[in-house]
Amino acid sequence: MLNDKKIFGIAATFNTPDEIINAANKVTKSGYTKFDVNTPYPVHGMDKAMKIKPSKLGFITLVMGLSGAAVALIFMYWAMSVDYPMVIGGKPFFALPAFIPITFEVTVLLATVSSVIAMIALFFRLPDNKHPLHDTEYMKSVSADKYGLVIESDDEKFDEISVKGFLNNLHPAKIEVVYYPPEETYPIFQPKFLLLLIGIALTVSGATYFTLNKLMYITPFTWMMEQDKLTPQKGSELFSDGRGMRTPVEGTVAKGFIPYPYKGQTNPVEVLSNPFLPTKENIELGKAKYFTYCSPCHGYFADGDSRLRGQFPNPPTLHSDRAKNFSDGMIYHIITNGQNVMPSYSSQVTRDERWAIVNYIRVLQRAKNASDADLTEINKESGSNATN
Amino acid sequence: MQQTETNYQKKSLPAGLAKWGMILFVAGTALSLLAFFADRERAIFNYLVTYMMIVSIGLGSLFLIALEYIAGADWSTPFRRILEFFAGLLPVLLVLVIPLLVLNHDLFHWAHEEAVAEDKILSGKAPYLNTTFFIIRTFVFIGLWILFYWVMTRNSRKQDESKDQSLTKKNIRFSAIFIPVFALSITFTAIDFMMSLEPHWFSTIFGVYYFAGTVVAALAAITITIVLLKEKGYFSPWMNEDHLFSLGAMLFAFINFWAYIAFSQLLLIWYADLPEETFWFLTRWSGGWVFFSLALMIVHFAVPYFALLTQPSKMDPKRLKFIAIWLLFAHLLDIFWLVMPNMQSMKNGYVFSWIDLVFPIAGAGLVMLVLNWNSKKSNLIPIGDPKLKRGMDFHL
Repeated sequence: MLNDKKIFGIAATFNTPDEIINAANKVTKSGYTKFDVNTPYPVHGMDKAMKIKPSKLGFITLVMGLSGAAVALIFMYWAMSVDYPMVIGGKPFFALPAFIPITFEVTVLLATVSSVIAMIALFFRLPDNKHPLHDTEYMKSVSADKYGLVIESDDEKFDEISVKGFLNNLHPAKIEVVYYPPEETYPIFQPKFLLLLIGIALTVSGATYFTLNKLMYITPFTWMMEQDKLTPQKGSELFSDGRGMRTPVEGTVAKGFIPYPYKGQTNPVEVLSNPFLPTKENIELGKAKYFTYCSPCHGYFADGDSRLRGQFPNPPTLHSDRAKNFSDGMIYHIITNGQNVMPSYSSQVTRDERWAIVNYIRVLQRAKNASDADLTEINKESGSNATN
Repeated sequence: MQQTETNYQKKSLPAGLAKWGMILFVAGTALSLLAFFADRERAIFNYLVTYMMIVSIGLGSLFLIALEYIAGADWSTPFRRILEFFAGLLPVLLVLVIPLLVLNHDLFHWAHEEAVAEDKILSGKAPYLNTTFFIIRTFVFIGLWILFYWVMTRNSRKQDESKDQSLTKKNIRFSAIFIPVFALSITFTAIDFMMSLEPHWFSTIFGVYYFAGTVVAALAAITITIVLLKEKGYFSPWMNEDHLFSLGAMLFAFINFWAYIAFSQLLLIWYADLPEETFWFLTRWSGGWVFFSLALMIVHFAVPYFALLTQPSKMDPKRLKFIAIWLLFAHLLDIFWLVMPNMQSMKNGYVFSWIDLVFPIAGAGLVMLVLNWNSKKSNLIPIGDPKLKRGMDFHL
């Protein structure tokens, strides 16, 4: 019976760490290369005694770490400066300092994860999970209080009798021969069990299909779906045109909304007149809204000096004679309707706010072209209080 | 154990140390005095650079001693005396700091009362940044450092005679008190002596930045000393490459820490882009200073990072010695870069002068003399320390 089994190796156990270091030294010296040492804890000096070369794992970490850095940088370059350039916080498109933390994270992530995977897959040979030493008396003793050494049968010099004799000369506490375990058959792969699994799968999916597609459309279960109410896009028998969805009565105006009568006209013949007086509050409101919505392109002083770094064509200055001669209603019309490249701002800025912006633009225009009388006025005021 | 004791009792350092220390110190001091007559402002700024370098090495060493006690490290126990010798620079600071206090008008803009009165920001900071409080702070901090240095080294020396293990326990307690004291005092020292050179500027990470460099400098200094002594046959036969590896690994860790902190400071200021913060970096990015800034990234991080990355490089005494000397210069460059652009005449760019070269010579000489003088007072290794045997048998 024993002779049928293949020998994996011959194991010797020792009682002290000094003995195992000595044994490892002797084994190395006598030319055995395929051997391993098992101890309950890392024994200092073992690498040297076994003549183990430094692990190659570091190279995988290095290469993967460098590729992580490269991938992160190239991706961010492509995404932020090539594919979809966006100005963020006034920084350049390729904002290296902002990319460094992410580059660092990706470097560390790729380096560590690939190290662990490489360690498990390449060095532990992952799918192969049945080492012959598992489940042996030898492994139980060396993971508790003994120090063991196995010379494997793959070694070129391996010969059962000579190895036994050699190990005996080292005066071990115990010597044993470790055999490959018998090929195991797993009950999970037996046809009966597989058939059972297939049967369960078919039953469950069939039942699910039947419940969702057939059972739910049989009468008592459909009562929930059949209700006497109109749903969107459904026809109706009540109205003569047969439609369920109705259009509002002509001339209906939504609450809080006044339609703009000159919508869509490029050169309206007549425009609205400004309903607001340029009070201080009104101009403050106009200034705030102007800074938010208008100044990115028109500039803080309406000079047409855009802050958008040429991503959008610069608008002309609002201090031209043409712009100065616009009526209030015309400026309102342009904000509401848009002009040339400028889109409509009717959805961002409310009606009252638009008039406030018009008033503020008037302030800017007058400030830029102040007359002597204006200056005298301002000097008078600033004597007591400097205003904006 | 018996053998090592006889080997190491009162073994003095090589005679060359005292000789070269004396030559460098005398020559450096003579040139430095000359520098004070040539250009007083530039000389005192350079003096400050060297002073901060000596604080770095001395205080960093005391921190590493405390770290060893508090972490229960044993690999560094056989070298603790080297750290103690370097920490012996701290009492010397009492004398070294005097020129800085006397000439504080040349250094600190906030020391000019008429300028402070006109300046809203400076008068707001005046309760902290004024000459009286500055001098009090300086002496309190130096006093605290000397106190802890004196108590801890005295216990360590006493242990050589008495072999009393409770002294280690006592020192662990002192270290635990010292670490927070150290954290606060080094932060305020960095703020007082370097950040306040530009009193309108502030960076909350500045203390940590200086601390990171400090530990690099102290580690580099002891690494050089240990490797040189090993080459001369000291520390044999027990010292092995695992001791060297640990020194190299500590250096590697702290240059990374330095880079991390330095980058954090840059990133936050760059991103917020506030004029009251960015001008400090813009000064260092203009004129000749841009080369100093670029050199700092390469010299203080990139080169040592790749040089120390692999395991063999940390174990090779020759390479380790080279990198340690390199890092000592890198820290000097770092402090130079922090201090010198604040000089009024250098704000627009760096202008070379021989004065920049002479002060580090005097500093190096002084450090060597102090090292030699301290080494005469005690054994080269702490023979009474209970962790010594484990430290000598240290293996990774």
